[in-house]
Amino acid sequence: MSSMPPARFEAEPRGGAATLGKAVKVVGQIFSREDLYVDGEVEGTVEALEHKLTIGPNGTVRATVKAREVVALGTVQGNVEATEKIEIRKDAKLTGDIRTARIIIEDGAYFKGSIDIVKPEPAKGAPKAQAAVPVGQAAPVSAPASANSPEIKR
Amino acid sequence: MFEPLKGFFRGSRGGQPGGNPPAYSPSGARLPANGRGSGEPTHSTRPSRGLEEFFVHIRDTTGLTILDLGGATQKNVSFITDLGHRLYSEDFLRILHEAFGPDDAADQTNSGRIEYFLKQTLDYPQGHFDGVLVWDVLEYLNPVLLGAVVERLQYIVRPKAYMLAFFHSDDKLEEVPSYTFRIEQLNTLEIIQQGMRRPAQLYNNRSLEKLFGRFESVKFFLTRERLREVIIKV
Repeated sequence: MSSMPPARFEAEPRGGAATLGKAVKVVGQIFSREDLYVDGEVEGTVEALEHKLTIGPNGTVRATVKAREVVALGTVQGNVEATEKIEIRKDAKLTGDIRTARIIIEDGAYFKGSIDIVKPEPAKGAPKAQAAVPVGQAAPVSAPASANSPEIKR
Repeated sequence: MFEPLKGFFRGSRGGQPGGNPPAYSPSGARLPANGRGSGEPTHSTRPSRGLEEFFVHIRDTTGLTILDLGGATQKNVSFITDLGHRLYSEDFLRILHEAFGPDDAADQTNSGRIEYFLKQTLDYPQGHFDGVLVWDVLEYLNPVLLGAVVERLQYIVRPKAYMLAFFHSDDKLEEVPSYTFRIEQLNTLEIIQQGMRRPAQLYNNRSLEKLFGRFESVKFFLTRERLREVIIKV
């Protein structure tokens, strides 16, 4: 009998983001209500409207992408709408049209397509100041963690 | 289909039926695949009359559509979009190498390859752009491909719009410095030189006037790097 302890799989921490690993391929629609890290392959559409989408160095996304923030380290083919900002990192390859408020392109990144800078409009009717949460009091959690997982439609 | 300009230009290097000979470094070693040379890049900043002239025509309007053939760089993207324009980016030389091989030795006169290349780089509707930053990419095209590219540029840029192109002015050079151009201000460029590169052909004022003969006007500015900055009005 081996004295070695049983191997345990531990996902690489991605700052709390849901992860599609590099051996995973998804064809269809992804709607995410939390940050999403794609290191595998996606074909279709990806929406993480209030969240950050990261395409890892092994990731290939052939999809229309909408997110609050997009960080590309791998390959993206398709139009990208990032309401806050998009980062195209060194060695990333992005082919498609971009609409965003802010763009960061590192030297060595490849980009082919158009860039539309859309300045975000201030929210109408938004309260001028939010009620402060007293120190030491945690904000209430409105939904269980599982409800925030990405939803995949095929 | 494309009017051949082969042999017309002074110092033309397009004399071989199979296209250009491979590019070589001064030491005789072949230049790397991207043709941009190796070693540490050198940076310099200088005024650019050509750039200033280009921006005179687009700085007071917003919402124009500008094409940059030099590939996407943070400075150029920020500068153009901060003026309120929409920017299209094409890494022209990278696609040139993909289409015609790493040392551009493949036949730049092959009509099938030329069509493929134009589809990859300049496949836009008629009159789509209000300005084009061509930079120095046309220097690396042999006469047949050059003729096709210039014809396509004229098609996709709206009449009365402007293009900015750079050409080395020394027609005795075997190789020319390989540059990346970044916009600092309306009239200032950061120039990054990395390695040397062999142009497909070299130009003088007369040959440039002939090349852009079907355009409304051509204006030259000579720089201290012995570059001609050329403003072409479509």
